[in-house]
Amino acid sequence: MRTLIFRTVAPYLTSLMVLFSVFVLLRGHNEPGGGFIGGLIAASAFAIYGVACGVSPVRRSLYFHPMAISGFGLLVAAISGWLSVVFNVPFMTGLWIKVSVLGVPVDLSTVLFFDIGVYLVVLGSITSVALALEEREHG
Amino acid sequence: MEVALSFVVGVFFAVAIYLMLSKHIIRILLGVSIFGNAVNLSIFTAGRLTREVPPIIPEALQTPEVATANPLPQALVLTAIVISFSLFAFLLVLAFRAYQELGTDDTDGMRVAEPEGEPMPPLGY
Amino acid sequence: MTADGQWLTFLTLLLPFAAAAIAPALTRALHHNAAWVLAIAPALIFLHFSGFVGAISGGETLAGGYAWIPSLSVDFSWFLDGLSVTFALLITGIGTLIVLYAGGYLKGHEHQGRFFSFILMFMGSMLGLVVADSFLTLFVFWELTSITSFLLIGFDHSREASRRAALQALVVTGLGGLSLLAGLLVIWGATDATSMSALLASEGALRDAPLYMAALLLILGGAFTKSAQFPFHFWLPNAMEAPTPVSAYLHSATMVKAGVYLLMRLNPVLGDTAAWETILPIFGGATLIVGTLLAMRQTDLKLMLAYTTVASLGLLVMLTGVGSEKAVEAAVLYLVAHSMFKGALFMVAGLVDHESGTRDITKLGGLRKAMPVTFTAAVLAAASMGGVPLFFGFLAKEEIYAGLGFATGWTTLLTLVALVGNGLMFAIGFAVALKPFIGAKVETPKHAHEGPVLLWLGPLVLGGLGLIAALLSGVSHELVSSPMSTAVLGEPVTVTISTVPHIGMPLALSMVTVALGVLVFVMLGQGRAAMAGVLNAIGWGPDKGFDQVLRGLTRLSFRVTNLIQSGRLDYYMTATFIAVAAALLIPMGLYDEWPAAPTLPRMPFYEWTVLLIGLIGLGAVIYARDRLTAIVSLGIQGFAVALIFMLLGAPDLSFTQFMVETLSVVILALVMTRLRLSPTDHRPTGEKILDVAVAGTCGAALGLMLLRVTQVPFNTELSDFFSQYSRVIAHGRNIVNVILVDFRGTDTLGEIAVVMIAGLAILALVRIRSAKPLTENKEEG
Repeated sequence: MRTLIFRTVAPYLTSLMVLFSVFVLLRGHNEPGGGFIGGLIAASAFAIYGVACGVSPVRRSLYFHPMAISGFGLLVAAISGWLSVVFNVPFMTGLWIKVSVLGVPVDLSTVLFFDIGVYLVVLGSITSVALALEEREHG
Repeated sequence: MEVALSFVVGVFFAVAIYLMLSKHIIRILLGVSIFGNAVNLSIFTAGRLTREVPPIIPEALQTPEVATANPLPQALVLTAIVISFSLFAFLLVLAFRAYQELGTDDTDGMRVAEPEGEPMPPLGY
Repeated sequence: MTADGQWLTFLTLLLPFAAAAIAPALTRALHHNAAWVLAIAPALIFLHFSGFVGAISGGETLAGGYAWIPSLSVDFSWFLDGLSVTFALLITGIGTLIVLYAGGYLKGHEHQGRFFSFILMFMGSMLGLVVADSFLTLFVFWELTSITSFLLIGFDHSREASRRAALQALVVTGLGGLSLLAGLLVIWGATDATSMSALLASEGALRDAPLYMAALLLILGGAFTKSAQFPFHFWLPNAMEAPTPVSAYLHSATMVKAGVYLLMRLNPVLGDTAAWETILPIFGGATLIVGTLLAMRQTDLKLMLAYTTVASLGLLVMLTGVGSEKAVEAAVLYLVAHSMFKGALFMVAGLVDHESGTRDITKLGGLRKAMPVTFTAAVLAAASMGGVPLFFGFLAKEEIYAGLGFATGWTTLLTLVALVGNGLMFAIGFAVALKPFIGAKVETPKHAHEGPVLLWLGPLVLGGLGLIAALLSGVSHELVSSPMSTAVLGEPVTVTISTVPHIGMPLALSMVTVALGVLVFVMLGQGRAAMAGVLNAIGWGPDKGFDQVLRGLTRLSFRVTNLIQSGRLDYYMTATFIAVAAALLIPMGLYDEWPAAPTLPRMPFYEWTVLLIGLIGLGAVIYARDRLTAIVSLGIQGFAVALIFMLLGAPDLSFTQFMVETLSVVILALVMTRLRLSPTDHRPTGEKILDVAVAGTCGAALGLMLLRVTQVPFNTELSDFFSQYSRVIAHGRNIVNVILVDFRGTDTLGEIAVVMIAGLAILALVRIRSAKPLTENKEEG
């Protein structure tokens, strides 16, 4: 599996897939996509990277342990749910604000952060599984 | 379309169950994976089928103008897919570890929790 | 009763439990002398209840209590009349002496504190039982006496005989407790009464109720097991495994009388019927005869006493069953007398055992010089037991014969039974009291000498009381016997019998009893041999039966467990899926909910193709001969599913399915390449046919169910709601995503938590290194 071509291409492929996954995540509210799909795409990206170049480069590039990312995602999702409680509306009520970034109006919402949380949980957990299995193969 | 899918779902279930009745953990795992697909498909089918119109509201409208596919089963199945994958991965690793520890892939040989020929409990006091 | 008095009584009922709580610590500090301190608790309670005697002998009854579970109208309430106060005084009075006795008996025992604790808890339970008014209070305390009795019998739990006896007592009395509970519920249903006082007030209602017989039998089930009536008598002699203070207290003076108490308590409402007057005397009489005969067989002092206790309980049940005024008076007198003399004799037996090192009657003799005080106590108690004039037991015996008489054939029979029973008990009582002390000195394992005051105080007081109470019979009847008889009969009576003998039939019968007793006493050796022969000839008893039942239960449950839990995964799976198929098909068949026959759907060619691809993938999985084929085939069916989603307007699902199938194939490949596993099947043909049948039926059932589901009208309300409001409220155009992250966000939160937990579990599984690998599997590592 670890052919020269594959090893050379893999980092770029992974970067592209991760970028694509973020795109899928962000557009998910209006077009097909979302946190689950985005997370799976990103996890596949890291899995491919791991198959191609071994597990340690993946771990280095991720910097955090995948399960830590997963846990952070769960935290983000939970916090965006609880944020509504601060504004005296029921748990998980979506809150929206419009902010202007460089003159472009952007919708920010707790729902978006919730989706980001989902993305991180799926990404982290499944990457962790894939890497753990790959590690045993090469280790 | 529902009729055809009901038939296909039945076959999916039958194959999954046949595989799960095996004594070999790998076949059981394959069965679990197919079983997940069968369940997802049956939820999807039970929510009625609509061809080719995804449940997405056009840019210009507030509500969909034509009948779209039923979004609810899709939402249910979406999470179910991810969770059944998690379960599958867990079972896969569990089976792998069991194979490493016990040296067999035959469920008849995996009798650590319920060993064969357990003695009768003592009859005294 | 004033509020203050009520409060005080409540505290009194709690006092034994408080004393039980401090007993271990106190014993650690004071050792056996803690008995002197702990005995204050029952003494105080005794004094408290003595305070009521005046009012109650004046004909009053006192009630009190607190709401316990108001929502269910359950009260913690008590009810004091002649019966309960007499019992309370016996329990606490004898209890005081027993606590002191235990202080001496278990001196230096490492668990003496625990023992005090148990016995005080028992005292509290028993006290609660006899004063309880509401049925629930009664039942709770009834069960508590069983439990504390279990703890006390099993006190010496390192011995198997102790454990067996404790378990046996718990099983027998526990089953009886269930029967009692059922009986109380029946009474509640029949009369609407939830307390004794209400039940007693509703005189006659229960007797005429259609469920009278059920209530009677269930109550008798409780009373007969607790009071060790034949054929449930076997647990009581076995309970002699307990330390002697327990035998003296629980298994003669108090707990075993709980059944008799219950019968006496319910006599006004359950009694005076043909059933009552037949069943009770039959069981009681049988118990009396069997108990005395078995007692003759024994050589162990405690066992002799235990069987006579069984016999005495039988006598009490018999008298309660006869139910005439004199018979009830006799039962009351005998109960009080028995508590005193039997408690004293047990303590004497324990004392002899403690000082000489044996309690085998054939190995004892000539101790009277060494243990004069004990001897005195023994003779006093035996005199009361034998019904020697001037003793309380004599009053009881006179009244027994007066109560039975020769009026009819039935009472004549009972009189004869009582005569034989009393005669034998006379003999055994004196055998226990005299044989160890008189005659030539016999060498005993320990050099015997008089025990300490803690040990002889109890028997001496109780033995002496048997004399004093009889001499002052006017006072004791006024304070105890008459109020108690009144309570049992439900109408005012006055007990008048005194130690002055009246020439008449009862006196004559007493003489016959004594004569018979002396005769048996002299011939005890022959009698024992004869009984031993008879018992050997029978060779079976309820005691053995108990073992057989318990062993049978263990064997049965072992077989059932083995049958149900074979430990074979394929069996479990087969059973599960057969159940699934049955659950789906049987209701469909029963209610004729089969789907309508479908017509061949008209679908575009490419849709047929996709479905076909899926089916081909499935087939390939089954027939795969190598790993790669199996994995690829699994991928094919997965991608076919993704295509189906795509064709049917579910792009989100389709993408997700694609990704998941890819990842599944990848991790499956990662694992499978390292396992030398063949995906092929080696099932024998027979199993294959069965599995195909099960899988096919299940698949067909699920397919049919789905078909049926899609044929009923569809309620789109919920889906319409999401479609309508997805953009308007939640500002999202992808309805599926909006449902996931907004409308049903909490669900999703739970689901991602599951994903994460699965990730953690997998990580843990991968990381775990077994300390001792069962097999090495490095060949492909």
